[in-house]
Amino acid sequence: MAESDFAPWNDPEAKPLIQFKGVTKRFGDFTAIDDLTQDIYEREFFALLGPSGCGKTTLMRMLAGFEEPTEGQILLNGVDIGHVPPNKRAVNMMFQSYALFPHLSVYDNIAFGLRREKKPKDEVHARVKEMLRLTRLERFAQRKPHQISGGQRQRVALARSLAKAPKLLLLDEPLGALDKKLREETQFELMDIQEKTGTTFIIVTHDQEEAMTVASRVAVMDEGRIVQVATPDVIYEAPNSVYVADFIGDVNLIRGTARLRPAQAATEAAAPPPEQASPETTPAAPVAKEAAAKTDGPQPNPLGRALHDRILSPIFGTWLEEEPRRLPPPSAAETAKTPAAETPATPAHPQDIPPGGLEIDWSEGQPALLAANGDPALDGEKVVLALRPEKLGIAKTRPDAPNTLKGKVIDIAYLGNISTYHVEIEGGVMVKAQAANTRRISRRDITWEDEVWLSFTATAGVILKDE
Amino acid sequence: MRRAVLIAVPYLWLLALFLVPFIIVLKISLSDIALARPPYTPQLDLNEGWAGIRAFFAGLDFENFTFLSTDDLYWKAYLSSVRIAGIATLCTLLVGYPIAYGMARAPQEWRPTLLMLVILPFWTSFLIRVYSWIGILSSEGVLNQFLMGIGLIGEPLTILNTNTAVYIGIVYTYLPFMILPIYSALEKMDESLLEAAEDLGSSRFSAFWLVTIPLSRNGIVAGCFLVFIPSIGEFVIPSLLGGSDTLMIGKVLWEEFFSNRDWPVASAVAVVLLLILIIPIVLFQRSEENAREAGR
Ligand SMILES: Nc1ncnc2c1ncn2[C@@H]1O[C@H](COP(=O)(O)OP(=O)(O)OP(=O)(O)O)[C@@H](O)[C@H]1O
Ligand SMILES: [Mg+2]
Repeated sequence: MAESDFAPWNDPEAKPLIQFKGVTKRFGDFTAIDDLTQDIYEREFFALLGPSGCGKTTLMRMLAGFEEPTEGQILLNGVDIGHVPPNKRAVNMMFQSYALFPHLSVYDNIAFGLRREKKPKDEVHARVKEMLRLTRLERFAQRKPHQISGGQRQRVALARSLAKAPKLLLLDEPLGALDKKLREETQFELMDIQEKTGTTFIIVTHDQEEAMTVASRVAVMDEGRIVQVATPDVIYEAPNSVYVADFIGDVNLIRGTARLRPAQAATEAAAPPPEQASPETTPAAPVAKEAAAKTDGPQPNPLGRALHDRILSPIFGTWLEEEPRRLPPPSAAETAKTPAAETPATPAHPQDIPPGGLEIDWSEGQPALLAANGDPALDGEKVVLALRPEKLGIAKTRPDAPNTLKGKVIDIAYLGNISTYHVEIEGGVMVKAQAANTRRISRRDITWEDEVWLSFTATAGVILKDE
Repeated sequence: MRRAVLIAVPYLWLLALFLVPFIIVLKISLSDIALARPPYTPQLDLNEGWAGIRAFFAGLDFENFTFLSTDDLYWKAYLSSVRIAGIATLCTLLVGYPIAYGMARAPQEWRPTLLMLVILPFWTSFLIRVYSWIGILSSEGVLNQFLMGIGLIGEPLTILNTNTAVYIGIVYTYLPFMILPIYSALEKMDESLLEAAEDLGSSRFSAFWLVTIPLSRNGIVAGCFLVFIPSIGEFVIPSLLGGSDTLMIGKVLWEEFFSNRDWPVASAVAVVLLLILIIPIVLFQRSEENAREAGR
């Protein structure tokens, strides 16, 4: 989407719409929200993801005004809203339980908020009609909530919360009861509404795809804390912890011990491939160069960073960590070639492996795994290599790749457009690999019990500290 | 078959305990007063066969009903009963609603206890409880002594033997019938509805007015009928607490039966009362039906 031009969180001048400042919420001795500090900016589509009971609804209820923080402050436009009653806040909430008024018709439910504003009758009517059209409820306008289906009720709740066009809209699992097609349509409607009205949305969802589709930023929560906040692609490609990697999407976690890659390998690979020398000749090259320049400039070199993290950070604190995480620049191998369908991770020639990074010893008698994007500061630590199944290639013959694993197919999950292969690596570790089903099933050459080779590039995974 | 038996039970019950007595009362109301035992004629004599039955039906007439319409005591009594019952029902609602509301908002673990307290008065005889109000309301009663004690009034208020005492008696006696249905309606209400109303811009007060009241409507309607219907025919409360000018049809009925021993006229009064009561009872049934429809 428009992540590239809309990123107020990277702009130190931008004024946040909502600021949580050390907010803690306790119910008795149970801590539902634990010392949470977070800024949310105007026009954002902020998605909250997290397991059940992690405090998402509680966070919303504090914004809507139904709960007061036990400690800390919540600022809206720089004003503390701790004691402002819900009806005086320019915030509307769509309840997880819908909370439709059972004695009022669908029409009157949607009109409820507008009538409280003492708007003229025809204006209310026009707005309600518009909402009914948007949520495709025109035919049900005169029914009572108990006379419509669960998905229709959900749409009424959505329409009711949208009707007043609030500055901040809180949606607690707004689309869970809708079928896939209607859900996708509504997602685009929401994004459209947001673009048109400039409303800030905070949305709770259990559907990661939904979060990825609609959100400008995603926050992953765990037990009352926000573990990571970032754009959907960063959350997916560069999770900052094993928890986030494991929570978002499907992932293989390979545990091992990190070791700095030998320096000679780095110098050997340092020479850029010949086609990179003249940027104009290849269309993809300028992007790579730009991205590389962007991150190369202000960032410390790996050794300096290691020095900081190991020796200086206990003294000066970890200011380096506070800087927003960005995706690593695409490697030459990634930008130069489009991945083939059957083997997304095309085998790279050894000289294409970017310099630096780590090697991971993960199993006796198996070659170490190469991770060129590994943080040198993790040298000697217990680490986890998080690998997305779709970043692994699967083949019957050994491919020419920086990392290859031999194993046996235990299970194949057919998902229509793709298949997930469950492969048992020698030594007993289970690894999942995904491949697009470019051929009909009957002609698939890999099947149960087959010996296969899994392969991935030196930058396909993310190296995370083991917890 | 099983179904038929199950349905038959309430109908048999109704037949035995409502329809048969009503037919007897209706028959008496069509009879004439007589110095006999029982004190009316004609009596059905089956020994005389057809002729007896014909003579029996020939003896029945609407004389007593004509009499009721000529003496304005009766229709005034009916009217005043409806008025007193109506005012008392309103007072019961005003007292009962806040109590039911408080109970429904009380912590979960308190509610059974509070419910117990509401029905606790039923453990003592109704007659004794109404009697004890005499001790409270009389000019030397507890209430007057207390009010004079704290210096609020100089001389005793006359409450006993006025309509006010009747209202107090009815409110006190029928309060549980008002509280229970309202409580059960309020307790079912989802509190997030109030939050939703507030979220959409209504104040606490208007949320109460726009959401709580409409959602407890069924409870209010049920409670009002449960108080109104029996208090129209009430005679113990007006007899014990009311004054000589408290005119209620229940009291008239009692006097016709036991003071005048005019069973036929008393029966006619009872039949007319029943006909008057059918209107609110049918309305009540209708609203219960609607409530059940909407509740589904
Ligand atoms: N009023 C309350 N009293 C006590 N505990 C509460 C209260 N409200 C919420 N909690 C607790 O706080 C925690 C967070 O609740 P919350 O409703 O915010 O979860 P959630 O993240 O929205 O979960 P879900 O995804 O299932 O909706 C839960 O463990 C819940 O039991
Ligand atoms: Mg929730």
